[in-house]
Parts: sequence; C-alpha cells; structure tokens
Amino acid sequence: MALRVRAIEQLLSEKGLVDPTAIDRLVELYETRVGPHNGARVVAHAWSDPAYRARLLENGTDAIGELGISGLQGENMVVLENTPDVHNVVVCTLCSCYPWPVLGLPPVWYKSPPYRSRVVREPRAVLAEFGMDVPLETEVRVWDSSAEIRYLVLPRRPADSEGLDEDALAALVTRDGMIGTAKV
Amino acid sequence: MDGIHDMGGMHGFGPVVRETDEAVFHGAWEGRAFGLLLQAADSIGFVDDHLRSRIERIPAADYLRSSYYQLWMRALETLMVERGVATTTEIATRVTATEEAGRAPGGSPITLDEIDAMIAAGASTKRPEVKAAPGFAVGEHVRVRNDHPFHHTRATRYARGRTGEVVKAHGVFVFPDSNSEQQGEAPQHCYCVRFAARELWGESASPRDSVCLDLWESYLEPA
Repeated sequence: MALRVRAIEQLLSEKGLVDPTAIDRLVELYETRVGPHNGARVVAHAWSDPAYRARLLENGTDAIGELGISGLQGENMVVLENTPDVHNVVVCTLCSCYPWPVLGLPPVWYKSPPYRSRVVREPRAVLAEFGMDVPLETEVRVWDSSAEIRYLVLPRRPADSEGLDEDALAALVTRDGMIGTAKV
Repeated sequence: MDGIHDMGGMHGFGPVVRETDEAVFHGAWEGRAFGLLLQAADSIGFVDDHLRSRIERIPAADYLRSSYYQLWMRALETLMVERGVATTTEIATRVTATEEAGRAPGGSPITLDEIDAMIAAGASTKRPEVKAAPGFAVGEHVRVRNDHPFHHTRATRYARGRTGEVVKAHGVFVFPDSNSEQQGEAPQHCYCVRFAARELWGESASPRDSVCLDLWESYLEPA
C-alpha cells in the first residue's frame, strides 16, 4: 500500500495537483497541532466559566472559535452536555465523521464496523466494554453524525476537581470522554 | 444506496477493538494518503459528498477488508479517472513502476500558508444565504420516508419508516443526494431528529435510551 500511495503521489505531483512538501505540513499539523488537547481546553474553560459554558451549549461553533479553535471538519459544531439524566455518545454509522479541530483525527476503532454497527443499537453493552456502566435511570443518547454537524461531548466535571485551574482541569479531560465512551 | 457502509444496527462485527497509545497515522503512508486527499480535493475539485459516494460503491467484500485510508485511496483513484486526471492504465503503469523501483518521490517548494489557510477556513456546507421556509419545527413528529435510492444518501437504513421528534433545526445545508451525483448543491433544511431506542430496535432496547440523527427535509414526512 505504501508504494501504491507513493505512485499516486508522484503522479499527482507531476501533474501539478499536489505538492509533497504540503503533505509534510498536513501530516505535521494533525500529528502535533490539531488533537484532543484542543477539545480539552474547551471543556476545562466551560467547567471554569459558567457564562462560557452557556455560550458553548447555545452556539458551539462560535464559542469554540473564541478559543481560536476552528476549521476543517468543525465548521458547524454542536456541544452536548452530559448530566445525571443524560449521557451522550457520538458515532458516524455511515462513514467516519468526527470533529477534527477539537479532537484531531479519529482512532481506528471509531471508524471500525464493530463500533459503527453496535453503538446505535446496544450502546450500553459497547460502553460497558469501554469500562463504563451507565445507571439505568440515565438516558443514553446516541448522536449519529449523519450530516455535516460535528458533535463534541461536554463531560461531567469530576467531583474531586474543586480548586484546580484550567490547565490542571484540561489535563484530566480525555479524548474518549469527549466522544462519550468514557467518564472523566 | 443500501451498501455495506450503512452498517448502523447490523449484527456480526464482533467486539470493538481498541489500540493502546494509538498513533495518528499508522505508518508514513497513511499520513501521505491523508495529505494527498486533502490537497487533491482542492486541486481536482471534489468534496466530501463525492468522496463518500465513491467509497460506498466499492464492492462490499473489499470495503470490509480495507482500512479506512485504503478506502480513501481507492476512491481518490476513482475520482482521478472520472475527472480525467489520469487513466486507469496510467495509474496501473505507475503503480507497477513504483513498486518495482521503490524509490522516493521528488518534490518542489510551495506556499505552506495555503495549507494553513485551507485548514483554518474549512469547507462549510451550510448555506445560510438560502432563505427557504423550514418545512418542520422543533417539537414536531416526523417519519423518515421509506426510500431506498441507488445513489448516495445520508438517510440511514435503520431509521427509514421510523418516527421521531425534531429536536434541533440546523439550518440550510447542501443536499448530499444531489451534490454527490453532480446534480448541484440543492440546499435544504437539515434537522436533528430524536428516535426512541425502542422505535428503532424494538422492545429489547432500553425504554429510556434514544438515537439522534441529522436528516435533510426531503428525507422526512409529517407523522
């Protein structure tokens, strides 16, 4: 596969349709600069600032943009707040839609047939495999990203996090917590 | 299209397998494939709807045995041929030659600012300038039409014929069923519809749980 990709890259490069150095740049961007650390900043800020949290839930795109986070595959963001009554979990059953600016590129399991086929139908069983038991009285709400809206879960703030500053809070936030397959 | 990609609710795929400390790209070629796709989309001129519809036409058995970036590459090759960028013979010849030579590609400097600008700007398919009156309102009950088009669509099979409640009105977006087929953007309203899990999966599902799906107006009818 590596050589096939190289052949296509050469072909398109010769035709002036791609530039190899720009590919280097894209790889570097998504390996280092765009990733779940961005989403963690959003979550930590929402936990620390009630007015920001309200704006984030009202208009995710604009509020995330306030922190300088925006762009490809995050053009229309909706933020879903976990509460004692509702636990949110995100999937794309049809392909691999995922909020790149806040979470980076999706892990393989998110794009895999087992996750895509099962989480809409038996979310509690899938979450249990991830080590998460959702109480029966809590609704599990699965969001299937079937259009161009991208979803970010706002996890519940851990009870023992009082007094932590935003950097310390952000360090607690995990990628899976923002997909909804883990507690924070 | 009722293809293998539309797998929500299917049985038989086994447990979710997770990697520990997963790298963003598994091997350099995945990063190259990713960068190629993003640039080629811009220079050849295709959007996600086009890419997705080409992925969905990959035969089911091939789809399942391919990794996600392999699917992307196969769809890219399809689009290169369709758009006249290269012939299948040209691709095959080059692939064979590269596999034989195994040599590194050459390069030429470009303005990397363009890449950063492309990522920062994104490519929203929302069309707020289109002032169509919405056909449905939040709180209204709707049914997903029982259509099974041969072309690309985002109305998942598991929701067809099912009734749910509109919980959000997202505004007007490019309509994938039209756009993917080169029939124009035909923007229309898109809604988030919440379905009770039992409406979709029957009595064995939790009475509390639900699935929210984003659906374009013409997928829906009043319930």
